[in-house]
Amino acid sequence: MSSQVLQLAGVNRTYGAGATAVAALRNVNLTIHAGEFVAVMGPSGSGKSSLLTLSGGLDKATSGEVFVEGTPLSGLSINELARLRRRAVGYVFQDFNLVPTLTAVENVALPRELDGIPARKARRQAMDALRLVDIEQLADRFMDQMSGGQQQRVAIARAIVGQRRLILADEPTGALDSNTGDSILEVLRGRAEAGAAVVLVTHEARHAGWADRVVFLRDGRIVDEAAAQHDPAVLLTGLAH
Amino acid sequence: MSIRHSLLALLQEGPRYGYQLRGEFEERTGATWPLNIGQVYTTLDRLERDALVQKDGDDGEGHVVYSVTDTGRAEVAEWFAAPVAQTNPPRNELAIKLALALTVECVNVTAVIQTQRTASIRQLQDYTRQRRAAVGTTGANSFTRGSNDTAWLLVLDSLIFATEAEIRWLDHCEGWMAQRAGVNQRAGVTSRKPGLIASDAAVIK
Repeated sequence: MSSQVLQLAGVNRTYGAGATAVAALRNVNLTIHAGEFVAVMGPSGSGKSSLLTLSGGLDKATSGEVFVEGTPLSGLSINELARLRRRAVGYVFQDFNLVPTLTAVENVALPRELDGIPARKARRQAMDALRLVDIEQLADRFMDQMSGGQQQRVAIARAIVGQRRLILADEPTGALDSNTGDSILEVLRGRAEAGAAVVLVTHEARHAGWADRVVFLRDGRIVDEAAAQHDPAVLLTGLAH
Repeated sequence: MSIRHSLLALLQEGPRYGYQLRGEFEERTGATWPLNIGQVYTTLDRLERDALVQKDGDDGEGHVVYSVTDTGRAEVAEWFAAPVAQTNPPRNELAIKLALALTVECVNVTAVIQTQRTASIRQLQDYTRQRRAAVGTTGANSFTRGSNDTAWLLVLDSLIFATEAEIRWLDHCEGWMAQRAGVNQRAGVTSRKPGLIASDAAVIK
């Protein structure tokens, strides 16, 4: 098996204290490797978003440890954590979270420039990322000149720029129609096949169907997992023509 | 599934013999519903009896060739024009199992739902993988492919959406149970089953 990109070891996250304390995650153990596409499903309030924010270092576990590429996040200072997020972790949100006053390539280059990379090099890396999601021809467009599907591709390019290997996607197809949503899942799938670890939070079973592994959360606990079977017997004849 | 109408529809494109009809049916539906050759010939016999097809002799290699009659063309046109009757839904083992799980003592309904959900997700992963492979085989999207390839992709889509619907229904059942459990707790009702009061069990049945 390839290298571990994300590991949650005995992670608990509790909000509040005393009688009003709410346990969002309870003893979550999860390991995701490079090249793996994992979907996280569960009803509202099951802890899906908490799992994602902890995985990306946007929040801290109450107990237990989160490792990103082997680095335990609990020991990092605020600055170190911010650097790790810029260099190792890419986010894709339902509402894209792109800067409307910047062009596509400027949006993608932004995290690299914030990381101290010279503008010209950052732009070159941004163009590489846009090429990987098949949207380089729209590099100089502003967000109001692009469709939802195109904006989400820009957001994915921003998430992978600079060879970040952990992509955390929170309902990335929620604002898109069915066919455009599928094309976004195809892009995420392609990134996993190219070596990234992709975590997709979704409540849509059809989208989870794209994943190698589906993790079910309920009341903050992982209650089950479904790994893709590779049973060639099912419907194989259909692939023959 | 109407084998009778499917064969008539294929014969509209020109005369065919039994093995050809079976091959073309399976090609267009991705072999999702395999036909045995006995079924094909029995159906052809009945179609001939009803004057919807006729024998056109031999193809020179020992195959009996059939063609569609004018009555047969009218029959298939009527089939395409009419909606598929859904008034009598086929027996759904999962719905029956869950209805019983909800009302029979000593069954962990949550576990039944989760076991099914996991299995259905695996099925969905499998269909999705096959769809990706099918699209990838020719490197073209479904709008530019041959009609038989497109037919196969659309059959796969149908299976994907049906499985998704099943999972959504499982989610709905689970949500409904959780909601009822909350209502019962607040009302102080002791139920035989988690999330259930007697009137709800009657509704589920």
